[in-house]
Order: sequence, then C-alpha cells, then structure tokens
Amino acid sequence: MAATDVDIFSNEEKRNLSLGGHVGFDSLPDQLVSKSVTQGFCFNILCVGETGIGKSTLMNTLFNTMFENEEASHYQNGVCMRPRTYDLQESNVHLKLTIVDTVGFGDQINKEESYKPIVDYIDTQFENYLQEELKIKRSLFNYHDGRVHICLYFIAPTGHSLKSLDLVTMKKLDSKVNIIPIIAKADTISKSELHKFKIKIMSELVSNGVQIYQFPTDDHAVTEINSSMNAHLPFAVVGSVEEVKVGNKTVRARQYPWGVVQVENESHCDFVKLREMLIRVNMEDLREQTHARHYELYRRCKLEEMGFTDTDPDCQPFSLQETYEAKRKEFMGDLQKKEEEMRQMFVNKVKETEAELKEKERELHNKFEQLKHMHQEEKRKVEEKRRDLEEEMNAFNRRKVAAETLSLAQPLKKDKDKKKSVKTENQSGVSLSNSKVMMAKASVEPLKCDSWWQAIQCCTCLVHNATWKQGLF
Amino acid sequence: MTTNIRYKSRIPIKSDETPEEKQYVGFATLPNQVHRKSVKKGFDFTLMVAGESGMGKSTLVNSLFLTDLYKDRKLLNAEERINQTVEIIKHTVDIEEKGVKLKLTIVDTPGFGDAVNNNECWKPITDYIDQQFEQYFRDESGLNRKNIQDNRVHCCLYFIPPFGHGLRPVDVEFMKALHEKVNVVPLIAKADCLTPNEIKKLKDRVREEIERFGIKVYQFPECDSDEDEEFKQLDKELKECCPLAVIGSNTVVEARGQRVRGRLYPWGIVEVENQSHCDFVKLRNMLIRSHMHDLKDVTCDVHYENYRAQCIQDMTRYVKLTQDNRMESPIPILPLSTPDVETDRLIKMKDEEVNCYVIMGNITYTG
Repeated sequence: MAATDVDIFSNEEKRNLSLGGHVGFDSLPDQLVSKSVTQGFCFNILCVGETGIGKSTLMNTLFNTMFENEEASHYQNGVCMRPRTYDLQESNVHLKLTIVDTVGFGDQINKEESYKPIVDYIDTQFENYLQEELKIKRSLFNYHDGRVHICLYFIAPTGHSLKSLDLVTMKKLDSKVNIIPIIAKADTISKSELHKFKIKIMSELVSNGVQIYQFPTDDHAVTEINSSMNAHLPFAVVGSVEEVKVGNKTVRARQYPWGVVQVENESHCDFVKLREMLIRVNMEDLREQTHARHYELYRRCKLEEMGFTDTDPDCQPFSLQETYEAKRKEFMGDLQKKEEEMRQMFVNKVKETEAELKEKERELHNKFEQLKHMHQEEKRKVEEKRRDLEEEMNAFNRRKVAAETLSLAQPLKKDKDKKKSVKTENQSGVSLSNSKVMMAKASVEPLKCDSWWQAIQCCTCLVHNATWKQGLF
Repeated sequence: MTTNIRYKSRIPIKSDETPEEKQYVGFATLPNQVHRKSVKKGFDFTLMVAGESGMGKSTLVNSLFLTDLYKDRKLLNAEERINQTVEIIKHTVDIEEKGVKLKLTIVDTPGFGDAVNNNECWKPITDYIDQQFEQYFRDESGLNRKNIQDNRVHCCLYFIPPFGHGLRPVDVEFMKALHEKVNVVPLIAKADCLTPNEIKKLKDRVREEIERFGIKVYQFPECDSDEDEEFKQLDKELKECCPLAVIGSNTVVEARGQRVRGRLYPWGIVEVENQSHCDFVKLRNMLIRSHMHDLKDVTCDVHYENYRAQCIQDMTRYVKLTQDNRMESPIPILPLSTPDVETDRLIKMKDEEVNCYVIMGNITYTG
C-alpha cells in the first residue's frame, strides 16, 4: 500500500541526477555571503598573558589601529577580565570585535587561582548563549554572541620551556576554547634558540595532553597553507605601532642600536603568518569550531547535569516534553518537602521558646517569695530592737530624774567638800587658796555630771588643765 | 687598573740628599706590602644569582667570568616545575690572573619563582645566608681561628624580567626579605628586547618603585675628593645607570671584522661588550674591577655586624629567661608604682578620717 511504498522509498539510497541546463542554485553561496555581509560579523578574542608581555601592542598591530589601552599595574590582587567591544569596517564588511584582556595574570605570588576567572568568563558566555537558546521567545538573530572564538596565549620568551603557570592554565582552557600559543617579544631570541624553544614547547604540550587549535586541513583550498602553518606553531611574534624608515620605505618596526626589527618581515618574526591564519584564512572556521565543538560540549555537560538524557534505559528516544514534566514534578515535590521541614522547624522552635519562658517565670516567682520572707524577717527584728531601745530609754529617764532630785537635796554639803578638796589638790600653783578663787578656764572630763560646772564640784569627774584667777567667788 | 702603577715600590735613597729627604721614614711602602701579602694570600668572593628561570643568569655569569660553569646542567620541564621548591647550588672555581688568585663561588638558586604558588619562595635563600653568617660567627668565636672559611655571600645579583612594566610583587618581596642581609644589586635581564627609550622608562620606573617600597639596594660608595676626574665621572655614570640593563652571551660571533661575544639576529648583532648596546661592561667593572672589595667590606661591616648584634641580643634574652624561671611572664617585672600610690592614698584618707574623729571628739568634750 501507500505506507509500504513510503517505507521502500525512505530506505533507498539517494540518487545523483545530472542537470539538463543551468538552474541557478549555484548562487546560493553568494546569497549566503550577501546576507552575512549585511548582518555583519562578530569575533571575540581572548588574550591571556603576563602583564607587559605585549598583548595590547599585538592587538594594535594586528588590526592596524589604536585600541584605547592604559598600562596595567603589577599589583592587582587577582586576575580580572576586561572585555572591550569595537566596531571595525573594512571595504563593506562590518566586524564587531571584542577583545578580552586578562589584567593581572601572572603577577600574584600565589598563582593557583589565576585560571579561575578566565574559565568562569568563558563559561558565562556559553551559559548566556544557552539560556538564549532555551528561551521560549528567542531572537538568536539579534543576539550579540559573546562566546570566545579564539584564545591567544602569550608565552614569555625565556628560551627554556613553558612556565608552570602556562601549562596549568592551558590545560584548563583547552576543552573550552580554541588556543593558539604565541611566543611574545620574540626579538629577544636568536634563530637557533627559537627553533629549540618551539620544539620544546610543542613537545611539552603534547606530552601533557593539551589540545591546541589545529588549522583545518580538510578544505582543499587551504589545506596546503594550513598544514605548513601548523608546523610553525607556536608563532614567534613581535608587535609594534611605531614606524621606522628602512631603505626608502616606512614600515612598522622596532629600532635598536644594533638593527631594526621589522614586524612584517617574515625572516624576522612570524607576525605575518599569525595574521594570515587568524584573520585572513581561518576566522570563520574558528567561529564554527567554537560553536560546533566547544559550545556543544558545554551544552551537553550542562544539560546532563540538569538531568536531561537523550535516551532512557530502554534506548527509546525521550521526548523533551516528558523529561521536562518529570523534572518539574520533582522540583515541586522538593519544594513541598522543604516547606514541610521549615514548618516543623518553626513549630519546634516555638515550643522550645515557650518552655524556656515558663521556666524563667517560675524562677522569678520563687525569688519573689524568698525576698518577701526576708523582708518580713528583717521587719520583725527591727521591731524587737525598737522595743528594747524604748525600754532602755525609759529606764534611763527614770534614773536621771531620780539622780536630779537627789543632787538638789544636798547642794551645800557638796560645795564645802569641794572647796576643801580643791585646796588640798592645788597647793603648789595657787597662792591665794584660802581666798576667793575663780575658775577661768578648765577642760573637764565629766564622767557622771551633765555640765562642767557640776563636774568641777563633783569629786569623781576629772579636771584637766584648770587655770585659776583671783576674784570673788 | 692603575693599581700597579700607583703602588710601585720605592727604595729609600741614602746619603746625598736634602735634609727633608733624610727625614723619609718609609712607611709609604705599606700599600705595597699589603699588595704583596694579599697576592700571596689570594682572594675569595661569593656571588649569588637569583631570579626566575630563563632570565639569562647562567649566561651572564659565564660572560662575566669568561668560563663555562654550567656545562652539564639539566633543566626541568614545565610540569615538574609546578610544585618546585627552591634549591641552593654552589659552584666554586679557582681562577688566576697576573698572579692574583681568586676563589670564586657562585651560589645559584634554581626554582625561584617557578612554581605556581610562590609563597615564601625566598625562605631557603634567606636561610642559606643566615646559615653562612652563623657559621662564620661560630668560627670567629671559636678557639682556633687560623683557618676560617669565609662563605658569607658578598653580593646578590637579582634579575628583573624586562617583559613587564616595572617590579612585580614577587620581586619586591624578595628584595625586601634580603636587603638587610646581603648587598642586593638589581639588574634588568635580557635587555636586548628593549629599545633605548624603553630601557630608560623601565629604569626610571624600577628606581622609583625601589624607593617607594623602601628597598635598600647596594649603594656605590662616595668617591674621595682626591680621586682623579675620570674615576669620579665613571662613578657618577654608574650611579645614574642603576639598575643596570645587561645582556649575556655564550657564543662568539664575528662583527665588524672582530670576534666578539654577542648574539646573532637576522636584523643585527648584539655585542655584549658594546657600551651603547647594554650595561654589561659597567657591571663587570663595578663587580670585579672596582667594587669587589667594597662589596666584601659592606658585607663584613654592615650585614654581618647586624646579624651578630641581633644574635647576641637574642642569646642574652634567652639566658635571662632561663635564669628567671619562677617568673611566669617573660616580660621583666616593672616597679609596682601604681599599687603603692593607691595604698598611700588610702592610708592618707584613713589618717584624715581618724584625725577628724579625734578633733570632733575634742570639740564635743570641751563643749
């Protein structure tokens, strides 16, 4: 029937047909080209290298323009990424170029965390693109693609081998971005040293399993040039924006007392090769590789993390919808569980606090009772003491009254006694003792009497320091 | 050098000369005697080179002393260097020139600044220098002082990479850790990657940063006023050129019809001994021909004395501690002025109170 017919057709090999005349679909590439030209191109370069190694100068030299750049300081606390976007135009082709600089790379004393900001930046760009792709209403057409297409890794020209930091960083980056290693400031290495240096670097990269970008050799238009360039990696470059007169031409070069290093002279450095490869031949391939290989890898890892798979245990293809539903249910379940837990926790906490408060209340109450008791005790004692004191006072008053009445009854007798006794006591100092004598001054210690006058007449009170004066008594 | 000419021996002339010349005592020949004795004894010099690998330290040392000290050196790979620790390697050679013997020791520091985490990577170096000081201190204080071996480091050449914009944090930290222990001479390595303008800018930058961070690099001593003009001029130039930008080379190339030590490039030949190409000649003159002994003197008189004084102070403090074992705190007990003052005050207060009572009592009783 019709169904089986269809089945038969779909199992057949596709057949090659030859055309009878010119149809015109050979203009498809041109249509594509004009479309992309109107759209404009976008290219993102990441420059990784120590401060002062010549990243900005090389960018200026490559694109033959002065991008705005301040010199970075060596004293940054960590590595920070500095992306800058420029709009360039050549003939009628627009290029939106983003150059990302790694400021502070290689300056810290402890460089163990130096690669992290770089990896994070690349991942963020991938993540943004992924989010845009997964949106319901998406506009990939207008989306400014920030994914890094190429990482130029600047190697310092020590002449020995890679630095340990270089190796560690490249290993972390090789699965996320296309890396092209270049030897910076190559005018400090002589030809023979350079040859040895390049071999050493490549062997170290290979032995540590670092995947650097290989120029594609499958497109037969560029196979030859690409494969020969592959043998020249890493490129030894010199950058300069200053112009020097050499012969009768003015070229970009560096002027030394011993000679002039010309940037575009192939026997001096590999700058021309780099420019060819990076910009003139393989730019589009770099973008493709970024999208097809690195981005897809990231996307796969990310989605697997989230729990999506392409096939279920029975090897039947899953539909995204079902997976999505399952995920959603799981997520809601999780949320509910969490809510329950939180509620439980809340209830428990409230109970605890209540118990504590009750305990405290009881304690306070007890204390209050205690204090009250003490207060009563004290009051009682004070009352007792007061009563005792009152009794004493009364007794004392009675005695006083008794004493007073007694003293009033016998005043004369006492005076005479006094005089005699006075005489006998003070014979040495007084000449007029038998006549009238008056007390002018005396300090008396009354032991029994109330006033000094009485004390003088009393025999038991002590008299200190008495001065006598003649006079009437 | 003008040494030989200056100190030619003079035989005292007798009898038929003027009275002033009869007064000639002859101790003007002392410098000559010193010269003779020192030639007999021979000299020794210890030079330390420090800096990241690939800065050209070995090449420079070979160029300076015109020998090949590093014949069978094995360099580590990058993956081996990730966690590398700093080693100290000594090479000693005996070289002789015009009867003067020099025992030259080069202390190499492979692995400095090469690991990913370079925290305190200068510690093995400072420990080594301290060890040498300690050794000398012990020998000096010993009973038999005849054959003291002086292994103290007299000079440390620090190689600053020319690729940056100035000093990096690791450079600053290293120099600060060492500037009180050894004479630090900073050099700009691989200066053939800098144009003359760039060299000047970098030197100014480095000088300014050295001052800003308070790093005490080796200062050339002031000239005596009776030195000849030429010497003074050289000295002035030397001071202005610091830090010196050097290039080293292991190869001899043909330039301008002569065979010179240099580096061959497609665009020209860099001559190591050409003053307009780099400061190598200045470095060699300073290090070997004019200031070698001054470096030794500063090491003995300043760095070693500082170390010694510190050592002795530490020792006496420790002895005092062990003597006063009953004290809990290591801090010497200060006179207890504060508590006494308080007690005095209290006593005074109480006295006043008692007096008050007495007076009150008197008043009451006299009434």
